[in-house]
Amino acid sequence: MATRVLPAFGSRRSIHIFERNFYAYRSQWLMFVSGFFEPLFYLLSIGIGLNHLVGPQLVGGRLVSYATFVAPGMLATSAMNGAVIDSIFNPFFRLKISHTYDAVLSTPLDVTDVALGEVWWALSRAALYAASFIVCMVLLGDTTSWWVVLCWPGALLASLAFTCVGLAGCTYVRSWQDFDVVTLVQLPLFLFSGTFFPITLYPRWLGAIVSVSPLYQAAALLRGLATGQFDALMILRAGYLVALGLAGLWLAARRFRAILAP
Amino acid sequence: MTAQGGARDIVLEARGLVKRFGAFEAVRGVDFAIARGECFGFLGPNGAGKTSTMRMISAVSRPTEGSLTIFGLDPRTHGPAIRGRIGVVPQDDSLELELSVRLNIEIYGRYFDLPRRVLRERADELLEFARLTERANSKVDDLSGGMKRRLTIARALVNRPDLLILDEPTTGLDPQARHLLWERLYRLKREGVTLIITTHYMDEAEQLCDRLVVMDNGTIVAEGAPRELIERHSSREVIELRFGTDTPEQIRVALATHAERVEVLPDRVLLYVEDGDVALRAVHGSGLTPVSSLVRRSSLEDVFLRLTGRTLVD
Ligand SMILES: Nc1ncnc2c1ncn2[C@@H]1O[C@H](COP(=O)(O)OP(=O)(O)OP(=O)(O)O)[C@@H](O)[C@H]1O
Ligand SMILES: [Mg+2]
Repeated sequence: MATRVLPAFGSRRSIHIFERNFYAYRSQWLMFVSGFFEPLFYLLSIGIGLNHLVGPQLVGGRLVSYATFVAPGMLATSAMNGAVIDSIFNPFFRLKISHTYDAVLSTPLDVTDVALGEVWWALSRAALYAASFIVCMVLLGDTTSWWVVLCWPGALLASLAFTCVGLAGCTYVRSWQDFDVVTLVQLPLFLFSGTFFPITLYPRWLGAIVSVSPLYQAAALLRGLATGQFDALMILRAGYLVALGLAGLWLAARRFRAILAP
Repeated sequence: MTAQGGARDIVLEARGLVKRFGAFEAVRGVDFAIARGECFGFLGPNGAGKTSTMRMISAVSRPTEGSLTIFGLDPRTHGPAIRGRIGVVPQDDSLELELSVRLNIEIYGRYFDLPRRVLRERADELLEFARLTERANSKVDDLSGGMKRRLTIARALVNRPDLLILDEPTTGLDPQARHLLWERLYRLKREGVTLIITTHYMDEAEQLCDRLVVMDNGTIVAEGAPRELIERHSSREVIELRFGTDTPEQIRVALATHAERVEVLPDRVLLYVEDGDVALRAVHGSGLTPVSSLVRRSSLEDVFLRLTGRTLVD
């Protein structure tokens, strides 16, 4: 059918969920502004502060300043943190508290459209934040190459993975208390995924575990893009993020159906 | 009108429809066919399976077993096309509480791919119908319960549906709003819209429905036009008698000779009879002296209580 983008993953109608969110958040511009500042604060504090204490780091075969090393990691982290808000916190509210989706499902939209629509919304916000983050990186002199513009699509791949996995995850959240579990996953991911130091410092076995972390893969991918040092591994990293995204989206739609139209 | 026979234009047909939630069977094999332009009612006590059935025939929840065709299409494969032609008033309003009254209608209309320009006009008209024009820009959260209900009903009409499914639409409405809705439903029916309605108000069902089914425990226990059901399951008239104290057993025995059926309730005795006045004279003639007596026509409520019992099951 012409109206189907990818039958299993929702249709063109998913855009109406984006529209709905746009209207719902129109009055909440403060939330948008805070979304810009959070990653910028990271960039300033860790980048500028630690840059003087920590020496240059090896990326690919080249030595770069610590700020250049850490900025892509912060970009990946901000993709993850954004996804927690846009795919776990807010959809949980709509799914289980305000029952927004119940009414939606008696219209031509399907559960797959609801899930996909939330992804469009999360990704468009992520696109804005990533763009402003990259501009800041350039302005702060954290970049060595104009290839850094590729960090924008790269960051979107990271957001895709985090958003879709988060959306699937949000269906398992039973109450606000369960958000402690979300933090419990988020924090070690942030601390151990090689976002602010290279995982070559880990023993081999721990490095192997960390390489499963989407945050690590995203940070490594973005680091390569930011410094213009490409290798074949980056295609695998990108593929991994896309695969996580598709698997997450598929699971999210199935779970939405189980909850909304049992 | 419900023309009988094969010429009926069937909008919706269910055969052996079953809905299970895990091991629990909420709907246990129901059959019905609904014709175009008909108003079809589902009655039944709490938990009978009405909402579960409504959600299947609005192409939202999938039948566990059985066959279902809506507009001649299978909801499993043509869900979006079917839902595009249906209007649904769910039992719970599920409105966007944080958004304005007007946006609630317009955003909902967008789900049907309706252009914004068309939606602005329809929203005006529907707000007028729901008597919410003055509240158009209020947050829904601030509306009263009945206003929310009216908004939910207005919202269901935004896509000009061919089939309107209303799950207890008038619960929480004041009499004015109830009558306004009835008028609107009559008008829609005249325009050929098919109506499916559940209600706990028997007078409403009697007023609105051409045909109805009574559900109990997930099955259909009776089907027919309201008058047919009354004729089939109750007497023509009912006498309600009150005796000052508890009704002794001997009164019950004495009354039994005057009626087709006697029902003793804590506060009164019901006699189901063909001719109320004649029977009442006979009661007085046999020396019984009720404190008060009332003769009335049998109603759908009598049928309902007869079929589904007077005790609360759950
Ligand atoms: N999602 C669900 N999971 C498990 N059981 C359910 C679910 N939905 C409904 N039920 C059960 O199915 C039965 C029928 O429920 P339903 O809502 O269809 O009743 P109803 O006739 O609409 O009742 P009411 O008049 O109170 O609205 C009930 O026992 C209910 O608990
Ligand atoms: Mg119900």
